[in-house]
Amino acid sequence: MQLSFKNGAAQTLAQLPTGSQAYLERLDLPEEMSQRLMELGFLPGTSVVAAGSAPGGDPRIFRVDGSEIALRRDTACRLYISAEPIPDLDQI
Amino acid sequence: MSDSGSCHGAAPQTVSRKEGHYVALVGPPNAGKSTLFNRLTGLRQKVANFPGVTVEHHVGRVKDSTGRELFVVDLPGIYSMTPRSEDEQVTYDVLTGAKESLGLPDGIILILDSTNLQRHLVLAAPVLALGLPTLVVLNMADDLEARGGKVDPSALAREIGAPVALISAASGQGVERVVQFLQGTGARPVVPQPRVELPVLPNLPARRRWAGRVGLQAGYTPPAPPEWTRRLDRIFLHPVLGPLIFLVVVLAVFQGIFTGAQPMMDGVESLIGWSGERLGNLLPEGILRSLLVEGVWGGVGSVVVFLPQILLLFLFIGILEDSGYLARAAVIADRTMSRVGLQGKAFIPLLSAYACAVPAIMATRTIENKRDRLATVLIAPFMTCSARLPVYTLLIAAFVPNTPIVGQLLGLQAAVLLGLYLLGFAAAVGTALLLRSTVLRHAKTTFVMELPAYRRPSLRSLLLRLIDRAVIFLKRAGTVILLVTVLLWVLAHLPYKDGKAPPIEESIAGQIGRAVEPAIQPLGFNWKIGIGLITSLAAREVIVGTLGTIYGIENAEQDSPPLIESLRKDLTPGGAFALMIFFAFAMQCFSTVAIVRRELGSWAWPAAQFAYMGLLAYFGALATNQLWLHFR
Ligand SMILES: Nc1nc2c(ncn2[C@@H]2O[C@H](COP(=O)(O)OP(=O)(O)OP(=O)(O)O)[C@@H](O)[C@H]2O)c(=O)[nH]1
Ligand SMILES: [Mg+2]
Repeated sequence: MQLSFKNGAAQTLAQLPTGSQAYLERLDLPEEMSQRLMELGFLPGTSVVAAGSAPGGDPRIFRVDGSEIALRRDTACRLYISAEPIPDLDQI
Repeated sequence: MSDSGSCHGAAPQTVSRKEGHYVALVGPPNAGKSTLFNRLTGLRQKVANFPGVTVEHHVGRVKDSTGRELFVVDLPGIYSMTPRSEDEQVTYDVLTGAKESLGLPDGIILILDSTNLQRHLVLAAPVLALGLPTLVVLNMADDLEARGGKVDPSALAREIGAPVALISAASGQGVERVVQFLQGTGARPVVPQPRVELPVLPNLPARRRWAGRVGLQAGYTPPAPPEWTRRLDRIFLHPVLGPLIFLVVVLAVFQGIFTGAQPMMDGVESLIGWSGERLGNLLPEGILRSLLVEGVWGGVGSVVVFLPQILLLFLFIGILEDSGYLARAAVIADRTMSRVGLQGKAFIPLLSAYACAVPAIMATRTIENKRDRLATVLIAPFMTCSARLPVYTLLIAAFVPNTPIVGQLLGLQAAVLLGLYLLGFAAAVGTALLLRSTVLRHAKTTFVMELPAYRRPSLRSLLLRLIDRAVIFLKRAGTVILLVTVLLWVLAHLPYKDGKAPPIEESIAGQIGRAVEPAIQPLGFNWKIGIGLITSLAAREVIVGTLGTIYGIENAEQDSPPLIESLRKDLTPGGAFALMIFFAFAMQCFSTVAIVRRELGSWAWPAAQFAYMGLLAYFGALATNQLWLHFR
């Protein structure tokens, strides 16, 4: 399923519906946290799929670079996504 | 230190390295480092299916064909060469030679998960850049193949300029290549490594691009997604089914502890009773017979009876850990944990604290945030560890009728036990809240957790765990508990008057008990329980052995009745419940105090923790007994 964007508003991973896929654009987090997430595969340009969530809806589980990672909503909402592959990063 | 806590540290786990070369096992968490370590050395380091199992270094010995000794060091997993938690720091220190007792390694075995090769290869760049002789091991070959993935190890070796072996550490397939590498290590001085000049990779995106390219050159075909894992997660993380299944399983385990383990316990109990009687008949009447029959058999024996229950608990924990469910449980628990200022990752140490607080406190090293870690260490001893189980089940069996509540599924006894577990958990949560609103204020937590694929727990590894556990338990019974029991028996027979032991109330042990009696009388405890409270400072379950010995001596004249019956005569129900509450809260475990001191690096924390838990225990028990006196 592809993600459809509502008139240009910036979208974050937290808004990605379960089962949808998008490309990570940038991480707006403190250095340490964004490094850790990048080590786990959340690199700009990477394809991310929202795979599910804990029973209450938080944390959510994302499929990224071959593994499944659980993130809290308040972390996911700092990861910006785009529906299209990002031109100069799509080698990943 | 790696094995000093008395309730962790199974059979042989590590050896100490004095001289000689050593090779470090490095890799991302959950890649199979400890599995390979165990296969190479024949030791039994803990292996489980979640990231962050190993939290300190462990040394093992490998003998090569020439009889030369070589050491292998198992390390905590790392994601990069930038350490962010205490366990990663351990690995970093070893790799940079900062660990003085080890020095710089003579070689590295880099273990990567072949089912997720491209992401794991990201770590290869900085590790190869260390310039040490390195073997790159692609593990989980069995899984890769089963899911239709492919990789050409020799092509990969050409790309990265280091030898590559595709193996399955679990089945042993391909491990000979690793042994060959080990035999080469140290034979020559340091092998000048990279024949291939690796590109300079300034940052993570560049490294990831490099890893992708290298993987492509090595003909890497990623395996199909783990279908079973996805199917199981649809059930276990289902909004309704997930929690429901969890609840049913937990209830079944608690019921199992009473009904399932009962026949085995009865078996062990009658075996101990029978052998004690036999022994009694063999020996002439006198001191030796009294020491052995009332002291050792009555004391140690009454603790050993609980072995089946403890093994049942460990079987359950083992299945949770080996299957990969534990990581899901942490995700499910995260929301609740965040409300009390903790994060889901803390759930893993807390769950392992149900077995024993000592390894649990060490497992907190994986928590990156310092305050989160501190809070978790401070609340872990409230979790109902397996040493409390004998105390609880003994008192419950003596004072709670086994009325069915929900048919066969749940009886009153199991429900009370569950209640005690919940009480411990509630005390942990309450303390966490208290910490958050006082000393650890403003701690904002985050949670990031990798979910491993489910694996079928292997019967062999579960069985080995149970054996290790049984050995630890029996060892403890044969050392700490035996020692305390014998000491108690001696103190209960002194001072000799007219060549005879005094009545137990007047012995040294009895006098000590009676000295503390006024303080504990409002709790519904008499002097015998008082002695038990003192001896159980060594370890909680010692109180069971102590009471076994005291009642044994008291009833030496007659056929001694079972411990349960003596307890019923000696304690009121109010006192019995107060005792359970006392044990739920008190930090009666010297190993835990010692490990908290070591992990937090000061005596202030464990001292405060001991006092806090002790006060809670005292007043909790007081309130319980007074309520009972009031309403009975
Ligand atoms: N299918 C398969 N499973 C394996 C293999 N090697 C290890 N495992 C499993 O992978 C999981 C992790 O193994 P460990 O040896 O604990 O991994 P580790 O790298 O020491 O993990 P940490 O100590 O957490 O860093 C366990 O469930 C193992 O049973 C293998 O070759 N094949
Ligand atoms: Mg390990």
